[in-house]
Amino acid sequence: MSGVHAHALHYHGHSPVHRLAPEVKIVAMFAFVAAVIATPTRAVWAFGFLAAVLAVAVGLAEIPMGFFLKRLSIEIPFVIFALAMPFVGQGPYVEVGSLSLSVPGLWGSWNVLAKATLSVGASIVLSATTEVADILSGFDRLRAPRLLTAIAGFMVRYLEVVVSELGRVRTAIAARLGDLSRRREAATLAAVSGTMFIRAYERGERIHQAMLARGYQGVMPAAAAPELPVRWSGMVAWAASAWVVAAAAILTT
Amino acid sequence: MHVPDGFIDAATSVGTGVVAAGGLGVSLRKAARALRDFHVPLAGVTAALIFALQMLNFPVLPGVSGHLMGGALAAILLGPWMGAAVVSVVVIVQALFFADGGVSALGVNVTNIALVTAFVAWPVFRVVLKILPKTRLSAMAAAMASAFVSVLAGSFAFVLEYALGGVGGAPIGTVLGAMTGIHALIGIGEGLITATALGTVLAVRPDLVQGVADVELSGTDTVPTGRAVTTFVLTGLVVAIALVLFVAPFASPHPDGLETVAEETGFASAAQEHPIGGPLADYQVAGVESETVGTIVSGIIGTVIAFAIGLGVVAVSRRRARSA
Repeated sequence: MSGVHAHALHYHGHSPVHRLAPEVKIVAMFAFVAAVIATPTRAVWAFGFLAAVLAVAVGLAEIPMGFFLKRLSIEIPFVIFALAMPFVGQGPYVEVGSLSLSVPGLWGSWNVLAKATLSVGASIVLSATTEVADILSGFDRLRAPRLLTAIAGFMVRYLEVVVSELGRVRTAIAARLGDLSRRREAATLAAVSGTMFIRAYERGERIHQAMLARGYQGVMPAAAAPELPVRWSGMVAWAASAWVVAAAAILTT
Repeated sequence: MHVPDGFIDAATSVGTGVVAAGGLGVSLRKAARALRDFHVPLAGVTAALIFALQMLNFPVLPGVSGHLMGGALAAILLGPWMGAAVVSVVVIVQALFFADGGVSALGVNVTNIALVTAFVAWPVFRVVLKILPKTRLSAMAAAMASAFVSVLAGSFAFVLEYALGGVGGAPIGTVLGAMTGIHALIGIGEGLITATALGTVLAVRPDLVQGVADVELSGTDTVPTGRAVTTFVLTGLVVAIALVLFVAPFASPHPDGLETVAEETGFASAAQEHPIGGPLADYQVAGVESETVGTIVSGIIGTVIAFAIGLGVVAVSRRRARSA
């Protein structure tokens, strides 16, 4: 019942991190990301310590390095973007070989690379150790707007349905129209986007009627997720260590 | 367009986060009132659809492909509140589950990709439709124009955030020029997809389109092809150019305006003195002030050049298709 990428996102396991209540992990992830963002760019050493803090979580979660690095590759587009910064930034400049690179641009690159990598790493630990439905029920227990988590819940639940439907439509196009030029294919897909909307709308109507038939009265019942122990102490210690690093970095720069 | 972590400083991230939360809260409430409890599954399934459509790649230029962002399409089909809410959910899920777009940049991304696009696309679509004759082709031209303008508006929102708290010290003029140029091209693609998708929905279930709910459209019940497509594409582009040229001069004092507000409320000085702001904060502010005129001019020139390229590509590919 979880989303299409759930199996790719989730790393099945029984580590101490897997067994933590989702809301604990969500709070820890946000606290860690906030510490990363608050750390001054030039405190290069601090990012080493933050990486170590993240590595502790990855290790405790028993996530294999290959899986972690593969998921980390999502940030490659940002990396390319970040690498352009030294070339468009303002002075002062530094000569590297025959290139004249902007010093603020270089720091900007470093800032994005370090912070995006650490933050993406933290969110990988969360999604690798927590099923999508559990993350949503975690947000519910953290009193996120119910409407928002309900919509997001429907979204991840029907993602697989909609994506596979899109796949079937593309197969149908290929079967009926044969090899299309890139341009014709694009035009067809754009028109299909409209058809897909109609299907999504009608599906939404059907789901709603089915829900009404089952006694829905405007509020989604709370997800019956297995109760996991809410242990805040470990998480507080972990996130606090990231904040100690961030505070030290702020004070020393 | 998904901004990663570390690109916008903490103060600006928090500020845009507040904007995003407020805008999303209002949107959810308005959408809920309009559709009662029906909106929950509908919003969820359309959010899934937009996520799925974003996975489709469309060729923009040889070697360059882009994908639908969907803010304008969602707003036209579902209305601005529901559209903004649905795209916001997509952006949030992408950040939290797929690590696409930074967690700390959630406010920035929700604001730029969902709120700004939906709330710009809706009035543009309505106004353009009001001016043009009430036909299906006009609705598609209005969709083309509104999608184009909404993408540009989203990129302007990013430039504004970058001016307030960007990291890396790229001159605002360069950022504005680059963002405008790239997003003018993306906007043409977005406009074409949005208009074509809307055309299909109008041909099959016009009753589902919130954007034309109170408008009687005439036109054939078939999906337009050939010359009709050229007509709506050109109309849409001309309207979009006119809008950009008309709106840009008014928008030009905008960064200064926000900057002034920020300074008056102490937000900017807090951002500068805060260790998080870093040593780059102050000269960026100075850069905006001195370069305002230049940046606006370069932005407009960039837009026009990108348009020319876009029109050329459309014309060439059309001629090639005809001769083939």
